[in-house]
Amino acid sequence: MPVTNIKPLLYLPIKKSKVVNYSLGKTVVSFFNIMHAFFFVPFSVVLLMEGYATVSVIGWHLGFMALIFVNNFINVMVNNKDSVFYVFAGLFLLAGISQYYQWFDITQYTQPIFDLFFDLPWTSAVLWLLLIGLYFLSFSYFKKHMYLDGGLATKQSEAKTENLDWLNRFGNLGTFLKNDIKLIKRNKRSRTAVITGFFFIFYGLLFFTGAIEAYESPFWSMFAGIFVTGGFLFSFGQYVPSWDSSYYPLMMSQNIQYKEYLSSKWYLVIIATIISTILASFYIYFGWEAYAAVLVGAIYNIGINSYLVLWGGAYVKTPIDLTSNKKAFGDKQAFNAKTLLLTLPKMLLPIIIYAAGHLLVSPLVGYLCVAMVGLLGFVFKNKAFKMIEGIYKKEKYKTLLAYKQK
Amino acid sequence: MITAQNLTKTYTQTVLNIDHLEIPKGQSFGLVGNNGAGKTTLFSLLLDLIQPTTGHIINNEVQVDQSEAWKPFTSAFIDETFLIGYLTPEEYFYFIGELRGRNKADVDALLANYEDFFHGEILGQKKYLRDLSKGNQKKVGIVASFIGNPEVVILDEPFANLDPTTQIRLKGIIKDLAAKEEVTVLVSSHDLIHVTEVCERIVVLNKGEIVKDIRTSTETLKELETFFGG
Repeated sequence: MPVTNIKPLLYLPIKKSKVVNYSLGKTVVSFFNIMHAFFFVPFSVVLLMEGYATVSVIGWHLGFMALIFVNNFINVMVNNKDSVFYVFAGLFLLAGISQYYQWFDITQYTQPIFDLFFDLPWTSAVLWLLLIGLYFLSFSYFKKHMYLDGGLATKQSEAKTENLDWLNRFGNLGTFLKNDIKLIKRNKRSRTAVITGFFFIFYGLLFFTGAIEAYESPFWSMFAGIFVTGGFLFSFGQYVPSWDSSYYPLMMSQNIQYKEYLSSKWYLVIIATIISTILASFYIYFGWEAYAAVLVGAIYNIGINSYLVLWGGAYVKTPIDLTSNKKAFGDKQAFNAKTLLLTLPKMLLPIIIYAAGHLLVSPLVGYLCVAMVGLLGFVFKNKAFKMIEGIYKKEKYKTLLAYKQK
Repeated sequence: MITAQNLTKTYTQTVLNIDHLEIPKGQSFGLVGNNGAGKTTLFSLLLDLIQPTTGHIINNEVQVDQSEAWKPFTSAFIDETFLIGYLTPEEYFYFIGELRGRNKADVDALLANYEDFFHGEILGQKKYLRDLSKGNQKKVGIVASFIGNPEVVILDEPFANLDPTTQIRLKGIIKDLAAKEEVTVLVSSHDLIHVTEVCERIVVLNKGEIVKDIRTSTETLKELETFFGG
């Protein structure tokens, strides 16, 4: 239920029932409901052309449409009830697993029901009645709860003060690390970045299991190595300093050294990369080359890409709303020529270096070359930080202005 | 303490144009003006959050757009972008404290002075800053700007959004602060009564220019009311 859009309508001279109808209507036209039409409409047309009985096909089609919207309204009503979500997610997972291992085939029981709409087209009217019933049910539910302290109240989580004193030993760096850890833990958007990073670990499976033929080439394994260990690096790192966009003026007027601020983010990225690498140890199952690609990818990520994402971040300048997941997967403002250019050394360079070593000598040499470049980057840490610091300082006013325009 | 020289800021229009402004050390300085008069622009320039089109500001012999050496002795609360929404008030105070070289005990000692001001609505509330009311957020921001004995304190519209009791307490706090020889306080406000009560000197900005520069006396309020009323 898109509650935030309702508030301004409450005190305008619009009838409450109209507002409820409007917001329920809005959920109906959401992309997730319409999406299915891309399958069901062509499918039904094909059925008709193949000579299936017209009335049956139409009945079946209407029945399924009703089911989709029934789901929509159930969804609207159980929204924000996590327990319901987990129960259903668990049931579906269980059904899927038992289907796969052939313990129990749920479709044997559901099939007759779905067939019924085809065999007896009038039965789909029952679903439409159910749909109408649900609509009125959700209508009265929302009308009753349309108060700021009722259904429209924003959820507030109980806050707990955390000390994280063990980080104090890192001095000023610890101050920022403490904040960054809280930033990640307490905000929806940053948690999404962490989860995305976690799933990247499994991205390599596409390459190393031979699931996709086009990825068979050895050069792709280098690409996979970069991604498997660099998920967090890319999903979090590329938005430094945007994570702090909502309080950037504070950061810029406090007694803060850019170097410490950047170091904290750098350590976060490094620690996450190391954790990803450890979690990705299972790639050894796919042979030493796969594991070498992962390890070398990690070294390159730590040595080179960690600087590059921080550097690129200075140009991103997209204010981030930490409390919502909007635009979590890309934003056109973040996509500019400078950040695009910076992806070349992030992705292409290691592949090229590896390819050169691979073709000229052997795969092992290819991996060693990439690792060497990564280690070299490590040596020049201070230099790299100085340069990035300079860029952040130069971009300061533009960044402040960009963050103001939400 | 603070000197502005030939200071202008132009976007498409000139929003601030100050030939010369000198604020001596220890003064409590009030800035009044209608919306768009340039108050926040001036404060933003002071904090090097925007760049001047011409001229410069010198804060205690440091030119603010050239060096960052003004940061250790200057603190400010301009708006909610000075708060970190996902922290509890305690965490926020300690964070600012650490940035300004104060440990937990120092911060706790300072906070103890403001128990009245907080009115039991800030500390130990199990709420993140983003979930506090506007007024309570403001209290947090204002008190945080006192951490670490700053020599220059800049407060933009500190009285707005506060309840009457808190406004009166804040006046007391600012007066105490201004009474200290070494602290320069800069306050902007739309509330003429409050600002004449707490500030020794009042500057009126209108469309980016200084139109009045008054040493506060018993007639000041009347003078300001005539200016803005007419």
